Amino acid sequence: MRYLPLTDADRTAMLAAVGAQTIDDLFVDVPQVARLDGPIAGLPMHASELSVERQLSRMAARNLAAGDAPFFLGCGAYRHHVPASVDHIIQRGEFLTSYTPYQPEIAQGTVQALFEFQTQVARLYGCDVANASMYDGSTACWEAIVMARRITRRGKAVLSAGLHPHYVSVCTTMAKFTGDVLDTAIPELTDGAPGDDMARMLAAVDGDVSCVVVQNPNILGHVTDLSELAERCHAKGALLIAVVTEPVALGAIRSPGEMGADIVVGEGQSIGVGLNFGGPYVGLFATRDKYVRQMPGRLAGETVDADGKRGFVLTLSTREQHIRREKATSNICTNSGLCALAFTIHMSLLGERGLRDLATLNHAKAVAAAEKLATVPGVELVSGPFFNEFTLRLSKEARPVIRALADDGILGGVSLGRLYPGVDALANGLVVAVTETVEPDDVDELAHALEEALA
Amino acid sequence: MNREGRVTRPETTPPIGDQGETFETFTGNRALMLEEALLFEIGGTDRTGVDIVAAPKVASRLGGLERTEPIGLYGLSEPEAVRHYTRLSRQNYGIDLGFFPLGSCTMKHNPRLNEKMARLPGFADIHPLQPVETVQGAFALIHELGEWLKTLTGMPAVAMSPKAGAHGELCGLLAIRSALEARGDARKVVLVPESAHGTNPATAAFCGYAVENIPADAEGRVDLQALKDRLGPDVAGVMITNPNTCGLFERDMAAISEAVHAAGGLVYCDGANFNAIVGRVRPGDLGIDAMHINLHKTFSTPHGGGGPGSGPVVFSAALAPYAPLPFVEKDGDQYRLVEEETAGEHHAGTFGRMVAFHGQMGMFSRALAYILSHGADGLRQVSEDAVLNANYILRSLEDVLDAPFAGTGPCMHEALFSDDGFAEGFTTLDVAKGLIDEGFHPMTMYFPLVVHGAMLIEPTETESRAAIDQFVEALRSVAERAKAGDPVLKAAPIFAPRRRLDETGAARKPVLVWREPAAA
Repeated sequence: MRYLPLTDADRTAMLAAVGAQTIDDLFVDVPQVARLDGPIAGLPMHASELSVERQLSRMAARNLAAGDAPFFLGCGAYRHHVPASVDHIIQRGEFLTSYTPYQPEIAQGTVQALFEFQTQVARLYGCDVANASMYDGSTACWEAIVMARRITRRGKAVLSAGLHPHYVSVCTTMAKFTGDVLDTAIPELTDGAPGDDMARMLAAVDGDVSCVVVQNPNILGHVTDLSELAERCHAKGALLIAVVTEPVALGAIRSPGEMGADIVVGEGQSIGVGLNFGGPYVGLFATRDKYVRQMPGRLAGETVDADGKRGFVLTLSTREQHIRREKATSNICTNSGLCALAFTIHMSLLGERGLRDLATLNHAKAVAAAEKLATVPGVELVSGPFFNEFTLRLSKEARPVIRALADDGILGGVSLGRLYPGVDALANGLVVAVTETVEPDDVDELAHALEEALA
Repeated sequence: MNREGRVTRPETTPPIGDQGETFETFTGNRALMLEEALLFEIGGTDRTGVDIVAAPKVASRLGGLERTEPIGLYGLSEPEAVRHYTRLSRQNYGIDLGFFPLGSCTMKHNPRLNEKMARLPGFADIHPLQPVETVQGAFALIHELGEWLKTLTGMPAVAMSPKAGAHGELCGLLAIRSALEARGDARKVVLVPESAHGTNPATAAFCGYAVENIPADAEGRVDLQALKDRLGPDVAGVMITNPNTCGLFERDMAAISEAVHAAGGLVYCDGANFNAIVGRVRPGDLGIDAMHINLHKTFSTPHGGGGPGSGPVVFSAALAPYAPLPFVEKDGDQYRLVEEETAGEHHAGTFGRMVAFHGQMGMFSRALAYILSHGADGLRQVSEDAVLNANYILRSLEDVLDAPFAGTGPCMHEALFSDDGFAEGFTTLDVAKGLIDEGFHPMTMYFPLVVHGAMLIEPTETESRAAIDQFVEALRSVAERAKAGDPVLKAAPIFAPRRRLDETGAARKPVLVWREPAAA
């Protein structure tokens, strides 16, 4: 077997060296009833590289890849072009096959890259500090609520109607067990809906609320000024948690930190990582300096070595499970290291200029697409400022329309019926994302297909 | 010397010994070992490594929220970026470079076929919310991997979405709590052995349980009688790692499960060490109710400098109804996704959703490629070779290092030693740093907590006998220096990119982001 270096002669010699007759002697602690005599029946035996490649390629061929279709899906995962050098570098064995930098003297590459990552995330979010990443945006969102509870010692969180419904679902699941109270709402498709939700949140903030969680741009793609909400939160001793599922937006719109958010979390997948059918992704987490010891997750920090040379280490680990065990700020152990590295490299390639140009291009393409699609009979643009994603109100239920489009090889967006099943008021909603990967021809095809489907 | 005056043999002067050790180069570089500044010190906010086409002119619809202040993101051209991160990479140790016996972490070879498969556009370039009809191959892959995990563990159900081992633990404990609450039996305590991974107590606390320790017996295993004595109507369950973190198989596992079940509790198994028994033992045969499987350990998805991982959880029939959303069901040759919408019909007891989408697809494709490569026969050989290699290390070093449990029988996939016998003032840390100079990644140090100065060595099955022999001789030499009190060992590592780093200083005055010198 190609991954196993021991030869039969090695095995025989090594068994003799450890004083065993057969390999079974080394499994002597396993009760006889639990031992399997041979390979588990009914499973295939080992296979060549060529054979495995064929099997997996056949499965992959059953999927319609985004690159093979006009593609308009967003809602928490965005398709952006990732420079070839990003994937090249993260496949270097020194990054790919290394572990958590527990021995920092021989892991400076990883820790320094994480330090760069933390700096980039903090600046992108407009915050003082960021951690070395979380699993994804949804789990980072829940961790932020837990952190706000720790800081304020209050157990009620107000969630924006515009927060990704899967994020809400993750938080609801966890809150059932922790006893946190969540005040949630469902978005409305009436024009000006973000304003209505803002009024609801402003009214809900009182002395029992630990935090308000608001996504910007929100699930409908709309962008909102969070400043007044931040002020209200602070006046009542609550924290404002901002969630950003599309980091490219922050190359164009003001950062949550600038608007007064205390904790900013989100999904970093847009930068460097790719779609990957939902994972692995990279959760971003940033906050104010004063809350750093309440923050979950790993942190890289600067220090010096015995010769006085600058170096980097994992730090403040007394917050973490391997030291604090049941008193840790979180049970998280791994972060999303390699995805964070991909984010860092892609962001380094972009730089401020590249990110701003990319954001400008996304916005321009999205505006042009929205205007074009709004001219299709039966299609109406739900009004509100947006970045690269917007919501259409169709004259028919959107979900079957999207399925019909997919049959024709067009991945036309995310129907709100998929995200909010059973909510009739949202059934005709279609969320369309337009990134730099979308060409005008793609928009024309979508417009044409919608016109036919809605006729 | 040749005709052009070039010297073709090394000259013997000046003697390096006299000044060599203290010689510093002008740059601080040491030939192939290159110092590298931070991105922010070499890049600029006006520099970029991407060419982005000019945007068409449109009227802004940003609602007056334009970001006008500088962001402070530093860019590099592509050649600069490739060089910067390539240089950083060379300051890292990885499995590709050498032996990485980090106990409990299962640092085995990462086959490149798996990388290639994960990057097929049909897996890498699909969106989690695409219509299910357009991603049947992805669901087929998730389903097939799940079937393998169920068969290999002998468990009837699997949840694929947990993102890492600790997330899998959370998944398992939430299912346990849901099952107990469903029968109206809220219990408050989870029992965890002293030798457990830190994630176990942290997870139990994270979902609202009080944590109590179970003592170990003299042979490094759960003290069955002490466990039985503690069981009662307030105990929700136990979290047991098997093989345990001392590298030993919990012989009494079936009896532990039986006792916990008899007391009305449920059994969580931390499957971090599944690599030792895959293909030879099915945890389901030992009465466990839930176990996570670290795809990044047993099934060789790369650790990537600390993630991403993946931690699917297998469940017993008792817990299967409570497994989280979403999951994939096979219906003829079609696959359907069970989410909130259809949970009512198919899976009413679910405790809910743990992640936004379907879990770590990129890890699933790699793990399945690995599993198919090995097959049922190869996976069995994996555990056998992993256990053989560990025992070979244990027996090769027990004469020089204290091996607290070596007298009780064989170990499983990792060999555990203590610092007993080191000279006054010499520690496990010194041995670890000495190993760095010898060109090895150190073993896991100071874990498990039940052994003083623990050194936990996990060779995995992907090391050759020659590589292991080399490591054994190197560790023997370093251990002898620690026992003799060699002061030079205290200075190790001498040849790494950095000497020992000041972790206390880093924590006392944390510098977690770079700031412009003027503003610092």
